[in-house]
Amino acid sequence: MGARAEGMTLPVGDISAPFTFLWDQWDSQVRDNVLQQFGYWGAAMAIASVIGLPVGVWLGHLHRGSFVAINTSNIGRALPTLGVLAVGIGVFGLTFLNIVFAFAVLAIPPILTNAYVGVDSVDPDAVEAAKGMGMRPREVLVRVELPLALPLIFAGLRTSALFVMATIPIAAIVGGKGLGEIINNQASFRLSGVIGAGILVIVLALGVNALLGVVQRLVTPRGLRLSGADARGDAPAATTVLPTTATPEQ
Amino acid sequence: MHAMLAAGGPVIPSFGKSSSCVQDNGAFCFDWIRDNWDSTFQPALISHLKLTVIAVGIGFVLALGLALLAHQRRWLITPLTLVFATVFTIPSLALFQVLVPISGLTVLTAEIALVGYTLSILFANIITGLREVPAEVRDAARGMGLSDRQILFRVELPIALPAVMAGLRIATVTVISLATIATVITVQSLGGPIFEGIQNDFKTKYVAAGLLTVVLALVADGLLVITQRRLTPWARARRA
Repeated sequence: MGARAEGMTLPVGDISAPFTFLWDQWDSQVRDNVLQQFGYWGAAMAIASVIGLPVGVWLGHLHRGSFVAINTSNIGRALPTLGVLAVGIGVFGLTFLNIVFAFAVLAIPPILTNAYVGVDSVDPDAVEAAKGMGMRPREVLVRVELPLALPLIFAGLRTSALFVMATIPIAAIVGGKGLGEIINNQASFRLSGVIGAGILVIVLALGVNALLGVVQRLVTPRGLRLSGADARGDAPAATTVLPTTATPEQ
Repeated sequence: MHAMLAAGGPVIPSFGKSSSCVQDNGAFCFDWIRDNWDSTFQPALISHLKLTVIAVGIGFVLALGLALLAHQRRWLITPLTLVFATVFTIPSLALFQVLVPISGLTVLTAEIALVGYTLSILFANIITGLREVPAEVRDAARGMGLSDRQILFRVELPIALPAVMAGLRIATVTVISLATIATVITVQSLGGPIFEGIQNDFKTKYVAAGLLTVVLALVADGLLVITQRRLTPWARARRA
């Protein structure tokens, strides 16, 4: 604590200092931290998607379990990250997977809720028409409901992606890696290092959000892409980076 | 081990009667938690609550004011949303430290950061709630002779209330989560025992404090749900 407090009084210095830090220390420090950051992020997003997407989509398809879907999400969203990390590390030990698990908990709620709301709120007329054309339930899901739910599904993925990337530095407090190693060690890296790593985290967070936006465009069927205005009207959150997509009705 | 404990925190741990659980560095030594509740956990919890209530309160007033302004001047919505969303992505660990040269190792610094994080959530939800009011409803109110101010307070805000409350819930649990990080600028919160416990490798201390943040967040969220139900009895009637 003492060392950290001493470093605190350092002046910010000139405005290029954070960028100079990133440039100078790229090979020795920053690159490893970025890769570790992506390691946590990728693993947490993978776990969260594998759990959140099927559950959300399936419950939405059945138009059932809104209570479960929404309340699971609400509880998950309420859990404080450092608290979950502290309990997880204390009880299960400091491992890659335990850190990843805490961020997966953080990532699941937006993914699950948006997948649920997205599929659940597909126009019933479209589903009826598909059934009338002789589609089986599985085909209705894959060929009608999922494509129409894509904007909200991606809104959830993008929110989680951004949120997890921006929160991973907290892992350094419990001894984890990633860019938090720089941000949590002002005594060694000075305020310029803290700011530089902080800016890098913001860039990475906005970057993965934007990247998923590109993926969303690529996987959206052409017919749906044309009605861009409609898609935007359905899912205003998809165009922003806000963590409040698909406000669930309690 | 004991010497390290004494050095770790501002509070004095109870020596002498340390149980085998504490000596084995157990993850949850209830006796130690009970013995140190008054000296360690209670002050941290109270400080944590104060930080949260002040941040959400100020954040709500600011967000409501700005949302009402943006509701009148629509062009403000996009720039404000972008600014707040960008602030929201700043890693908390960094933001607290970056503000220190400006406002020092103070509660004020912590509150500035925490309020900053609430704005994105609250502004988005209040604006969304206001925009979701159907135009017919607004027209009907105007047709009944209500003034703009009356429409806002009697029609638009009540209809926006569920979205506003949803925003308050998210903002509150977010601040409870982030207030733990204020410890890096020496501001007292439940993060204190977590940081100290981890620095001294004393599991019970950080597991208990971590659990307390979880419980605090769930209780706060639950209380806001109850408040929301009380404030919007019509929603229940419609569901039934």
